[in-house]
Amino acid sequence: MGRFLAGRVLATIPVMGVVATIVFLLLRLAPGDPAAILAGDAASPEHIAEIRARLGLDQPILVQFAEWIGRLLHGDLGTSIISNQPVTTLIGQRLEPTLALATTTILFAVIVAVPLGVLSAWRHGTWIDRGVMTLSVLGFSIPVFVLGYLWIFAVAMQLQWLPVQGYVSFRQGFWPFLERLILPTLTLSVIYIALIARITRASVLEVLGEDYIRTAHAKGVGERAVLTHHALRNAAVPIVSVIGIGIALLISGVVITESVFNLPGLGRLTVDAVLARDYPVIQGVILLFSAAYILINLAVDVSYTIFDPRIRY
Amino acid sequence: MSAPAEPFIAHEMAADLPDVRRARALWRNPGVVFGVAVLLIILLLAIGAAYLANVDPILLRPRFRLRAPSAIAWLGTDQFGRDVYSRVLFGARVSLFIGFAVATIAVVAGLIIGLVAGYLRLLDAILMRVMDGVMAIPNILLAIAMVTLSGAGILTVIVAIAIPEIPRVARLVRSVVLSVREEPYVEAAIGVGTPVPLIMWRHILPNTIAPLIVQGTYTCAAAILTEAILSFLGAGIPTEIPSWGNIMAEGRQSFQIAPWVILFPGFCVALTVLAVNVLGDGLRDMLDPRIARGMDNLQ
Repeated sequence: MGRFLAGRVLATIPVMGVVATIVFLLLRLAPGDPAAILAGDAASPEHIAEIRARLGLDQPILVQFAEWIGRLLHGDLGTSIISNQPVTTLIGQRLEPTLALATTTILFAVIVAVPLGVLSAWRHGTWIDRGVMTLSVLGFSIPVFVLGYLWIFAVAMQLQWLPVQGYVSFRQGFWPFLERLILPTLTLSVIYIALIARITRASVLEVLGEDYIRTAHAKGVGERAVLTHHALRNAAVPIVSVIGIGIALLISGVVITESVFNLPGLGRLTVDAVLARDYPVIQGVILLFSAAYILINLAVDVSYTIFDPRIRY
Repeated sequence: MSAPAEPFIAHEMAADLPDVRRARALWRNPGVVFGVAVLLIILLLAIGAAYLANVDPILLRPRFRLRAPSAIAWLGTDQFGRDVYSRVLFGARVSLFIGFAVATIAVVAGLIIGLVAGYLRLLDAILMRVMDGVMAIPNILLAIAMVTLSGAGILTVIVAIAIPEIPRVARLVRSVVLSVREEPYVEAAIGVGTPVPLIMWRHILPNTIAPLIVQGTYTCAAAILTEAILSFLGAGIPTEIPSWGNIMAEGRQSFQIAPWVILFPGFCVALTVLAVNVLGDGLRDMLDPRIARGMDNLQ
């Protein structure tokens, strides 16, 4: 187990290295002078020269890379071109809404999707199953922001049940905080629910054909216990792994959902940086999100041993 | 060389019959029929956009700002008085083109990388680590960064959407290559000294076609969605081109008074992507039950 853990943790290093290299090369391989791209269209030659010197773009590329990696390892993500603040500070200020939205979305999606998937596997081939699968394909097809505007249109504008946009920190009261997260969560979780429900259905369906399920039925175990203890437990590994892989979807979705609902999180930070061409910020957010994705999937891999004791490393 | 040639020909001829049967079965699959029908209609609308449109899609008419859908402006007008119906028609061209172009680029590039990785063990580890790295970067963010750096343009957007899709195709092709390599007929071909390019062309490539058609369909759906998202976020194709994403981006400020500017193009995106997805699911059931939707097919 210890050796497996060490091996699995070490295996994330080359992937992180590749991510860092790609992010580094993106700017250097872009067509034209990177300093001029960052400075914008109306920049003076002095401003371009200043940016070039500040980012070390006048040095040989290998020196730039070594210095850049060195700074990364010290937790330095660079400085914003627009606000001149360290990127880590900017990220720190915007972390809370994003974490809050991601947490509520994952919780809500799992609570809804897993029972739906089990239900449609159990009632395989019936209208329930077809209904759940149809909703799942629909969930894959509607752009996240269109869904967000649909919710705003129906629930906030027509019914006026919930506030349209904005964010309130949980320190200022739990209900105002939660109230403004309901629609974003409903928006962002749809595609995640579609994905998890589909995989849950497929893997439970596969397990339901196993001999031990028939044995459990034969010895008189109740339907509910068979589904939860015997079927779901054994189908857990693919479900947990798709929750991990789906984090990629969630991250892209966060960026969009935050702009629709005006949540001041990392997604808004990214979109504002895109509009202002503030590349150091974009770069920092990409590195942070990629690292989060890699680490969450590391945790998922390790969790297999808990969900399926047959897996021994 | 000549000795094993005859049984191979016999084998190929025998294999033709189920293929024909499979092609007929395709048209009995409701998903395939629905997907093809919807896509054909949208394709016809896109081709005939110039004839079907009521007014010039980029014509600014300040006096007709934010009009609700009516007999004159079927889907209403946007904040500059442009006709949403006409813009949506022209937007179909952009979306279909981007979906098709991205799927083609991703499939061709992924096929080459997958074949090389599956066949040359030396490059496999390196190529697959690079693919893992690309997949670890959320695709919208990677595309955003590329568009920000290279400037908005249709070609940039196509490349920026295609690159994050390549690893999925490459992994798929590689897994097919690895499993087909173990087949007796490939071992036999290696045994009689068939050159590697010929083995690739005749024995390995045909096995990748069915999964690639299915994967290409999913890639096309993902590309249409991603274009809409990128343009909506302001990192997509130039704003003067009426793409579905651009039309919706223009509707953001005025959503609470003119929701139709976002909802109609949004419906078009959803319907098109749904048609492509359903078509892909139908094709997968028919052609290649091995690909499970979901695990490796995230957008």
